[in-house]
Amino acid sequence: MSAKEEKSKFDVTTHKFVPKHIKLSEEDKLKLLEKYNITDNQLPKIIKSDPAIQHLAANVGDVIKIIRKSPTIGETEYFRLVANV
Amino acid sequence: MTDALVKEYQVKGIPITLLKVASEESARKKLTAKQTKKVFQKLEDKYMFAKIHPGEAIGVITAESFGEPGTQMTLRTFHFAGVAEVNVTLGLPRLIELFDARKLPSTPLMEIYLKKPYSKDEKYLEKIISKIAAVGLSNILSEIAINLLKSTIEFKLNKKRMRELGIKEEVVIKTIKESPKGTEVTPKNDRYVVTPKNQDGGLPVVYLLKEKIKAIKIKGIKGIEQVLPKKVGTEIMLIASGSNLKEVLEIDEVDGTRTISNNIFEVEKILGIEAARHAIMEEAETVIKEQGLDIDIRHIMFMADLMTTHGTIKGITRSGITSEKESVLARASFETPIKHLINASITGETDYLNSVVENVMLNQPIPLGTGLPGLVTKLKGKKK
Repeated sequence: MSAKEEKSKFDVTTHKFVPKHIKLSEEDKLKLLEKYNITDNQLPKIIKSDPAIQHLAANVGDVIKIIRKSPTIGETEYFRLVANV
Repeated sequence: MTDALVKEYQVKGIPITLLKVASEESARKKLTAKQTKKVFQKLEDKYMFAKIHPGEAIGVITAESFGEPGTQMTLRTFHFAGVAEVNVTLGLPRLIELFDARKLPSTPLMEIYLKKPYSKDEKYLEKIISKIAAVGLSNILSEIAINLLKSTIEFKLNKKRMRELGIKEEVVIKTIKESPKGTEVTPKNDRYVVTPKNQDGGLPVVYLLKEKIKAIKIKGIKGIEQVLPKKVGTEIMLIASGSNLKEVLEIDEVDGTRTISNNIFEVEKILGIEAARHAIMEEAETVIKEQGLDIDIRHIMFMADLMTTHGTIKGITRSGITSEKESVLARASFETPIKHLINASITGETDYLNSVVENVMLNQPIPLGTGLPGLVTKLKGKKK
């Protein structure tokens, strides 16, 4: 099927399972890494072609901030590094 | 009054939901400012006390939390959920399937929600279901046979069934002609004769073609076998056996914000890794709840996080998260030790003994709990 060429009518970000994804600025990224005293490779990963970050136009090396709804404490922040594969 | 307090404690890292409850309760009980402050102080103490300490072996706690109730789960695979006669895998087999990250669940299932006017009235149902449920050619055949002498296939359509499903004869014939390209379909009396494209193949080719024709999809969405309506509160939703999230989401009547599949890989592909994490959590929780067991959501969250840290779903198997471990000895201690040790020695890997298992093997203190921190001492007489 030629589904790939056709633009999907459905907006992935509206789905209730998809939390909000925000691209961190370079400055915020450094602040984050400094706060936890880690290198960016130690962060969990998100694949560059992930459907939920297509609208952000993120590149490999960017950090995505994810605001999740948590069943225990309401809202949490999670960070993922954009990576290939 | 409490807003300032909430902000103050939020900066300290106390979750906002807890603070909200505290401030609401204090307001309801009409506490004085001093008492409210005390409540918040107590809340902070309790929260800090409940926090997991650095170096605590949470993996082991999670494993035990799943392991013990797991022994009480049903081993029986199949279960008919409710009135809707949809076959679902539940209990231990489903949990194993989920955490092993099998590519295809043994009973794929979709929960399809509908948009506002369609979810309230039953009169739309038939039309929507016929849009979703796949109808193969074999569903509308009354006869199919191979003519051995002429090496052709003859079939007869079930006209009554076609009328019920609203399928036109021309459409069927056209689909067959297109599916294996160059196939000829000619009417003969009340039936149709299919002639294969290359006549030299003989009977095996004709036989294969027959099977191929039977599997042709005439209508609906590929992969969805059966669609049943279900009433949830005042709303009507659909349960579909079989799964094709991508195409179902494209249907106009479907509420794409809630529709979900139980195939976690499909969720990952269509909605992304975070949605897959959520799906793993939901699936695991429903299995556990359905069995009447109670495992803290934090353990399930931890498992889901673990499976999705690498950007794709990795199962708790030797090919999944275990293969991502840095230490050779840790990998070898799980499954297929010889393979790992041989491969590591060929490629010349180094084991830095940073983790638990390899240190247990070597009879050394493990980096967990009190074994985690190192000591820094100032040597005597060496003043700055």
